[in-house]
Amino acid sequence: MAGANGECQNGAVLDQWHPLGAIDEAEPNVVHVTRLLGESISFAVTPEGRSAVWRTRGDLAAGMPVDPESVAGTLPSRCEFLYVWTSLGDPPERSFDIPEFFEPDRRNFNACTIGLRTSAPRAVENFLDMGHFPFVHDGLLGSEPRTEVVDYNVHVDGDTNEVWATECQFWQPAASATATEGQMVDYVYRIMQPYSILLYKSCPAAPERMDLIGLFVQATSEEHCRGHMFLSLIDDESSIGHIRRFVQTIFAQDVPIIENQNPKRLPLDPQAETPIRSDRASILYRRWLSDLGVTYAVIPAA
Amino acid sequence: MTADPFTMWHPVASEHDVPYRHVHHGQLLGRELAVWRADDDFVNVWENRCLHRGLRLSIGSNDGTELRCQYHGWRYANRSAGCTYIPAHPADAPARTICNRTFPSVERYGLIWSGESPVGEPPTVDVLEAGTPFGLRNLPVHASAELAVRHLQAHRFLPSGRLGAESAAMSVEWADEYAVALTATTDTDDGSASTAVFFVQPVDSGRSVIRAVLAETPAASEQMAVLRHHATELNGLVARIEAEAALLPAPEPMVPVLQQVPLHLAEVPEAPSGRQAALRVQVRRKWETAAGVAAFELAPIEGVLPTFQPGAHIDVHLPNGLVRQYSITNGPGETSYYRLGVKLEPDSTGGSVCLHETVREGDVLAISEPRNNFPLRRDSMRTILLAGGIGITPLLAMAQSLDRMSLAFELHCFAQSAEHTAFSDVLDGLGESVVRHLGLPPDETVAEIRRLVATPDEFTHVYVCGPGPMLEAARREAAEAGWPDDHVHFEYFKNTTEIDDSSTFEVALARSALTVTVPSGSTILEVLRESGVPLPSSCEQGACGTCVATVLEGEPDHQDVYLNDSDHEAGDRIMTCVSRALSDRLVLDL
Ligand code: FES
Ligand SMILES: [Fe+2]
Repeated sequence: MAGANGECQNGAVLDQWHPLGAIDEAEPNVVHVTRLLGESISFAVTPEGRSAVWRTRGDLAAGMPVDPESVAGTLPSRCEFLYVWTSLGDPPERSFDIPEFFEPDRRNFNACTIGLRTSAPRAVENFLDMGHFPFVHDGLLGSEPRTEVVDYNVHVDGDTNEVWATECQFWQPAASATATEGQMVDYVYRIMQPYSILLYKSCPAAPERMDLIGLFVQATSEEHCRGHMFLSLIDDESSIGHIRRFVQTIFAQDVPIIENQNPKRLPLDPQAETPIRSDRASILYRRWLSDLGVTYAVIPAA
Repeated sequence: MTADPFTMWHPVASEHDVPYRHVHHGQLLGRELAVWRADDDFVNVWENRCLHRGLRLSIGSNDGTELRCQYHGWRYANRSAGCTYIPAHPADAPARTICNRTFPSVERYGLIWSGESPVGEPPTVDVLEAGTPFGLRNLPVHASAELAVRHLQAHRFLPSGRLGAESAAMSVEWADEYAVALTATTDTDDGSASTAVFFVQPVDSGRSVIRAVLAETPAASEQMAVLRHHATELNGLVARIEAEAALLPAPEPMVPVLQQVPLHLAEVPEAPSGRQAALRVQVRRKWETAAGVAAFELAPIEGVLPTFQPGAHIDVHLPNGLVRQYSITNGPGETSYYRLGVKLEPDSTGGSVCLHETVREGDVLAISEPRNNFPLRRDSMRTILLAGGIGITPLLAMAQSLDRMSLAFELHCFAQSAEHTAFSDVLDGLGESVVRHLGLPPDETVAEIRRLVATPDEFTHVYVCGPGPMLEAARREAAEAGWPDDHVHFEYFKNTTEIDDSSTFEVALARSALTVTVPSGSTILEVLRESGVPLPSSCEQGACGTCVATVLEGEPDHQDVYLNDSDHEAGDRIMTCVSRALSDRLVLDL
């Protein structure tokens, strides 16, 4: 069985595709070492954007030159949506779709990769949460006293088994890098995998289209992870540097919060914490993780 | 036999760890604690975990009365640790009791004592009781409490007055699992001695804090030197303890059991239905306008507030789940806020207590649009306004309108004293038209009302608002004096009639072609709402008049105080929240 000697024994997680890093940020033909599910994992990419991923071994140390195509004994891997992905189990043929990614007038880029001292699902749940905007992102994504979370809808898509939260709205004083005054902003949240989430947000530059912000989390261990922040924007005014700084500022505000949640692993027992109506999305996410049989980086319900 | 540490008292912080407006991060037996002092000096020792999403409360903020969680702004009250406010849902506040886990706390010898489930009282130490205890600096140690206590028994220091001495004789006064008392004596002729008690707080299996207290406070001029001496000696001790601990296998950390929340809190409540709270306002100003009366200015979060008329009230949806009605006191043109006056009624079900104690400037409240069931006629030659206590609120709005329109009026304010008269500043602006009746006993109040309504007049209208007995007196005196019912208008705070809801009857809706049965125990309003017929309501006790319906057929069983006697006799209107039917069937114009 795959992953038998690793820390993670949870098939539902082993069989997923997991991100390891941004393709653009990995120097080609060089060994890069990172961690995944408690194991040391190495990868390399070709200049053309093909990848190889393997369990770290002595003859291929970090920084050594390597021809990715010649490495033997590799793990499944793919280069998709800006990142190198791998799996320690038997991954599905396709992971998930982002049709918007291929629209010609979008800018797609990795805004940042940040190491977090918390579990991957705590990071996903924070990303899914609007109620904290006025308190954690005061002046940027929310501001007191506009604290109300109006009711929204949640469902699990029958075909793709993804969690969706739709018709979400929140008032934001500076909804994006290009916004200059406050407005009600529309959101749609979509959780494609246990540790991957996408946010569709109304786009100031093109009102009928949506900006996409993704958080693809690499669970390095049960209580540590790396968050890769994916952006796919329709934006003609702001420079990439400006947007990157905006997103990094937001993310940096979340870090001290999510690193101070106790326990660090996400509790799936409904009686572990106290949800309110605005937590519908998080409630469904926790239930969906239980139904998928996820036991890694969570505290399973008894 | 070793004592169970979970049933013992332990120090969890020193006094100086918990200054006002600060939250201290403590830990005991593996469990993290948030320790904070309220402005009334109560020291709260709570599980360091917000019930909502588990955030450490030690990174929250202490405003002197409540602890606010940093993540979603939930607020928890001093002492009870009950949640008082959930900003994400200002309209349907926690009718549920959400309460953080608390642990007992006692302050003694400059330390805060607590425990998992401690029995009895924290220890009393004779030398500290008899002396003038003086706290030394705390020392965290990376070692078990047991190891720390063992080393402490061989600890050495010098008596406070003899810091220059070569050495002192040490004796162990007593020692138990978590404390050691030592006395240092110099062998000079004067035999100077100092006793210190070293309490050891078991933080986790491999961590502890030494909290030392000298039995006698040194002279002010020596305190710095004494503190420095003990710091040096204790640092040396800690280094020895940690050196030994490093040789031992690291103990497994203790895993505290986190309590489950009760089942009913684990489920998400449905959106509230029924009374609608369409508006969100912010408390812009809160102040004490009279003894026991808080005034509030509620400003819109955006846009403008809906128009109100004198006599109008709003429903305020409170953070504790209650809905209460308050009159708008504003004068004409004061449209950028609603001003309310709320009297503290400690014995009531908690609406006024919540507004007085929990709601504060900056909070968001959900309110209904203003409704006016106490309209003011402005076509009379003269208007008499009779206000009892907090009953001034709707009449204040009326008086200001009449004043602005230069219509003749008298506003009679009955109050206990000048200090008990709300909105005195506004009253002063109304000049001669205001007459204050201060400190009258009940019989004199009735006599005064009798005098004021002695002469019925076709061109005069009377408006009365105040406590029940005063309204009853005014109703009676006016009737006896011969006032027609429709010239005397009342606003009740509440309906004190005992409601009899035992009857069962049918209600037919003429316009919706719907017939429903109202069983005993249910109201017309409830049954109609369940059948999807939306009816407005506010007080839901037959006092405010919001839920009125026109009766086309059948005989109403009136139980409200909103309609007057002639209305009741006419029987063409009914308050659907409390009144029922004497006939088997009512036909309503709905
Ligand atoms: S975690 Fe404390 S308010 Fe949400
Ligand atoms: Fe955030």
